[in-house]
Formats: sequence, structure tokens, C-alpha cells
Amino acid sequence: MLPMFFWAFVIGGLISVFGQLMFDVVKLTPAHTMSLLVVIGAILDGFGLYEPLIDFAGAGATIPITSFGNSLVHGALQEAEQHGLVGVLTGMFEITSSGMSAAVIFGFIGALIFKPKG
Amino acid sequence: MGKKKNLTPVQQQYQQLEQKHEIKRPVWKNCLNAFWVGGLICAVGQAITYFYIYFFDFTEQTAGNPTVATMIFISMLLTGFGVYDHIGQFGGAGSAVPVTGFGNSVIAAAIEHRTEGFVLGVGGNMFKLAGSVILFGVFAAFIVALIKTLWTMMGVL
Repeated sequence: MLPMFFWAFVIGGLISVFGQLMFDVVKLTPAHTMSLLVVIGAILDGFGLYEPLIDFAGAGATIPITSFGNSLVHGALQEAEQHGLVGVLTGMFEITSSGMSAAVIFGFIGALIFKPKG
Repeated sequence: MGKKKNLTPVQQQYQQLEQKHEIKRPVWKNCLNAFWVGGLICAVGQAITYFYIYFFDFTEQTAGNPTVATMIFISMLLTGFGVYDHIGQFGGAGSAVPVTGFGNSVIAAAIEHRTEGFVLGVGGNMFKLAGSVILFGVFAAFIVALIKTLWTMMGVL
């Protein structure tokens, strides 16, 4: 259990450092960096490389935004195995639905209870 | 990143002058902060993952989903109380790259535009910042999954 925490910390940290280098060295905006990371996650899963990373680092791989791209591809492929090409569309949000719905629901609840500052 | 082309000599001189006086970004310090802030958020995520595995019978594979939802809930509270801004200033990409940063961008936009009304303000602006992540994520995933499915169907893989 403890090594899992260690690797989650290290891998999550390293992905964050990659993002920071995109900010500071390549001088991308945060929106560009996040989009890039999501695309990288999707491509890595296309080559079947993201799943081993999750097995190895747990939340270190599932919490960074790269996992959003990974689970989009994963859901699409899962459904495509059963229903063919249409599955790519119908299965896209299958796995990532919890993250998306949480963002929408908690975003709205947040807007209901909190007042903007400044 | 400016365009180098079509600048008059005076403009080029000015750019050189500007570069000389531009404050250098403390890259090493930023990376170190990003590393441990991002790492810490992922370690918290790991703790929540174990919580779901032991108390709600999720497996290692499926525990990622409720973990992400919980992290976004936490980031709603932190954003609402104005704590996430401070974490963001300090941690840079360390607070933006984890899914809490995605949650923060949605929730901050929702709260910020609340004064313009719930439909036009909150509804219309909620995905103002996160929209690009969703667009490029979905489109890239579509291409990747399409290619892989076609290959499998044609028997290449």
C-alpha cells in the first residue's frame, strides 16, 4: 500500500512538472497545455501504454488530466468491440461520465451557494 | 512568443530591450513546487481510491471514477472558499494538471458569471475554460479509437 502512495506522488508530480515546463519553457497558455496533455493521454492509450501506467502508479495516473483522454479512448474502444464503428460515438463518455457529470453538477451547486469574490 | 517577421529595425531593437528587462521565470523553483503540489494531490487521490476499494467494493480498475468525482467535489469547496486560487498561485501546473484543476476551471467560471444570471451567465460560461480540454480530448479520442477500430476490423491488429 505504501509504495503505491509513493509512486502516485512521484508520477503525479512528474506529469505536473511536464505541465509546468510547457508553461515556463515552451510558454504555452494553461488552456493549450491542458489540451496537449489530454491529447497525449488519448494517444498513449491508443498504443496501450496508459493502462500499465495506472497499474503501476494508481491515482498518480488517474488524477492528472491525461487520464481524461485515456478514459475517453477506453470507453470508445470498449463499446466498439461490441457494436462496431458506431460504438466509437456511443461509448465515448462511458467511463469518463462521472468526471463530466461531477464537474457540471458541482459547478452549478457551487454557483448556487458561493458568491463571486472581488 | 511574438512573430519575428515583418518587424521594423526599431521594433526589433525594442524587442531586444524588452527581453533584457523581462523578469526571468524561476523555472526550477516552479517545477519543484509543481512537483510536490501535483504529487500531493495525487497522493490524496490514492487515499480516496483505497477508501472506495475497501468500503464500497470497487476494484482497482473502477475506483478511478468515484475518485475523480470526489476530487472535483473537494475542488468545488476549495474554489468556493477561495483556497484554490492560493494553491494555484503557489503550485502552478501542480494544481492545474490534476483533475481538480479541471474542476476548478469549471466551477470558478460558474461562480464568476453568476451575476449575469443562471442561464446566460452560469450556463453559457461554465465550460469557457474547460471547453478546449473537452473538445480536443474528445476529438483526439475519436480519431485514435476510429483508427484502432478500423485496424481491428481489417485484421491488421
